[in-house]
Amino acid sequence: MDLLRFITAGSVDDGKSTLIGRLLYDSKSIMIDQLEAIERQSKNKDEGEIDLALLTDGLRAEREQGITIDVAYKYFSTPKRKFIIADAPGHIQYTRNMVTGASNADLAIILIDARNGVVEQTRRHSIITSLLNIPHIVVAINKMDLVDFSQDVYNNIVIDYAKVAQSLGLKNVTYIPLSALQGDNIVEKSDKLSWYEGPSLLHFLEEVEVQDTINLTEARFPVQYVIRPQTDALHDYRGYAGKIVSGVYKVGDAVTVQPAGIQSRIKAIEIAGKEVAEAFAPQSVVLHLEDNIDISRGDVIVNAAQPVKTAQELEVLLCWMDNKPLIPGNKYLLQINSRVVRSVVRNIEYKLDVNTLEKNEAPSQAVLNDVIKATIKTASPIPYDSYQALRANGGAILIDETSHVTVGACMIQ
Amino acid sequence: MSAYRLDYLDQLESEAIHILREVAGQFERPALLFSGGKDSITLVHLALKAFRPGKFPFPLVHIDTGHNFKEALDCRDQLAATLGEKLIVRNVGDTIKAKQLTEPKGKFASRNALQTYTLLDTIEEFKFDACIGGARRDEEKARAKERIFSVRDEFGQWDPKLQRPELWNTYNGRIHKGENVRVFPISNWTELDVWNYIRREKIELPSIYFSHDREVIEHEGQLVAVSEFIQLEASDKVLTKKVRYRTVGDMTCTAAVESKASNIDDIISEITATKTSERGETRIDDKVSEAAMEDRKKNGYF
Repeated sequence: MDLLRFITAGSVDDGKSTLIGRLLYDSKSIMIDQLEAIERQSKNKDEGEIDLALLTDGLRAEREQGITIDVAYKYFSTPKRKFIIADAPGHIQYTRNMVTGASNADLAIILIDARNGVVEQTRRHSIITSLLNIPHIVVAINKMDLVDFSQDVYNNIVIDYAKVAQSLGLKNVTYIPLSALQGDNIVEKSDKLSWYEGPSLLHFLEEVEVQDTINLTEARFPVQYVIRPQTDALHDYRGYAGKIVSGVYKVGDAVTVQPAGIQSRIKAIEIAGKEVAEAFAPQSVVLHLEDNIDISRGDVIVNAAQPVKTAQELEVLLCWMDNKPLIPGNKYLLQINSRVVRSVVRNIEYKLDVNTLEKNEAPSQAVLNDVIKATIKTASPIPYDSYQALRANGGAILIDETSHVTVGACMIQ
Repeated sequence: MSAYRLDYLDQLESEAIHILREVAGQFERPALLFSGGKDSITLVHLALKAFRPGKFPFPLVHIDTGHNFKEALDCRDQLAATLGEKLIVRNVGDTIKAKQLTEPKGKFASRNALQTYTLLDTIEEFKFDACIGGARRDEEKARAKERIFSVRDEFGQWDPKLQRPELWNTYNGRIHKGENVRVFPISNWTELDVWNYIRREKIELPSIYFSHDREVIEHEGQLVAVSEFIQLEASDKVLTKKVRYRTVGDMTCTAAVESKASNIDDIISEITATKTSERGETRIDDKVSEAAMEDRKKNGYF
């Protein structure tokens, strides 16, 4: 059994909560006591309807306002797969929360109301999906029951969305017509959509190949922690603990430790105390090198034949996440995996309109939820890959040195 | 390339080890909160995988309400001794005396809420900057919203509306003096994942997780163990039933479930078939209000 992490973005109006509720309900992941609790709160309980949104909106403020503010994580499994849903808000004022939920997703479900077709929100969610480089997209054309399950309506939406996908360079887009409220095409294929030849949503989620979302060709290992027991028996033990974020490591491989550029070879690989001949992403391991060199947290051990870029000046697409504005010239800590360095945002090249993808004139400062193209200068060299090519080693966060808050997400170009 | 494919339990394990090592790499004085329950025992097992042959870079800390199951306490002491790791125990009873707190009253007077005082005092006593815990997001809907690195202010409070964005697998553990971070390495595990992992790794658990005879009373459909910590009333009927515990908390706020499951396979079959959530079936303290957990977390609870 493997694991699929996916994000659903949207608001109550799109039927997002109904869709999630339906997946959880039909996969028998909602328990009786949880159903009773939402029944007690459902406003229309006299009409016998259950408000499935109450299941996903976990905070008092969300239930009171009937909106999703922050990402909630939900879990269900079928005999084929374990699923982790990042249930994210869809409104523009919560873009940063959607970005948070999207960062780890293998797949995004973009909800379209069949009555409305492709709208501004569809474009925004698709742009964020593309910025965060989510490998698979399902366009769920919902509320088909309200358009008489019309194939023409579906076809027109597919044609419209294909244009969006093309302009963003989105690959792996799958279209599924459904009705979350009535359960059509969610778990079982629906007779009412007999003209549709593809799989039901759940069937697709179970079968989609996500192994290809893990890069196995560029070996990257950020060192998290050095294990040195310094006991008599283990006097010379020096193991570099970390997670392989991409690629494969084998005993005997020539490696380079970046950013210092020191060469060595892998002497041994341990997984939970057992020696193995090779290990691969995303395993957590301990590496031992042939040479006794100075390596500490934040260094990256890469395969010498698969070099990493190293630079002090980075071009980034940056999503600003703080209530205080980003002022060019301000210093921030930049953290990429386990490496933290001081940095300064040099200049803003343009601001991206997340509804239209237009490049607008550079503002003097960026505010909450802005996505901008900027240049960042770091105090010491950063080993990195381009985010679009290798997500696991191309994303960095910015931290305000005075508030310690995470204020920005950088996708390195 | 299919050889390079990880099972979901391996992926969850690797993620948890990565988080534990981030704690070791980012904090000066972390601690692992350990209760003797299955989730914290799983955490200890993961810490062995993360740090051996080295020592744990943190002590195990137990906030003992004084109302715990003896079997869980024995398991706690035995595990710490076998591993040779440091165990710190602080008692809620001592806090009640020192701070002249009011003991909760009633039939199932629970010290669960008072634990927070002792926890915060212990954090202050040892200047802990990070506390690792075994909470999972599938347990409860406020927990479903919480970050893996969850920052608490100097009063231990969680502000659900002001959570730091947490992207990719990059964790920001920077804090001001006096603040601390609660870290949840098995956030993404479900109850069933934990049990499947315990089975796969052959992890030893306290005996109360398995079916045994116990004297209980029935209270609003739940079975509560007869102990010195609850007050029996004349109308209570004491029954001896075959039960097991699905979670291990205080004897006053944890209910038993009727079960004949005496080994892990049987337990997994039962949980797979169950129609009631873990907390719903076994926790007496969550039913106070719809936002009971959110409110307790805001006040510094785990």
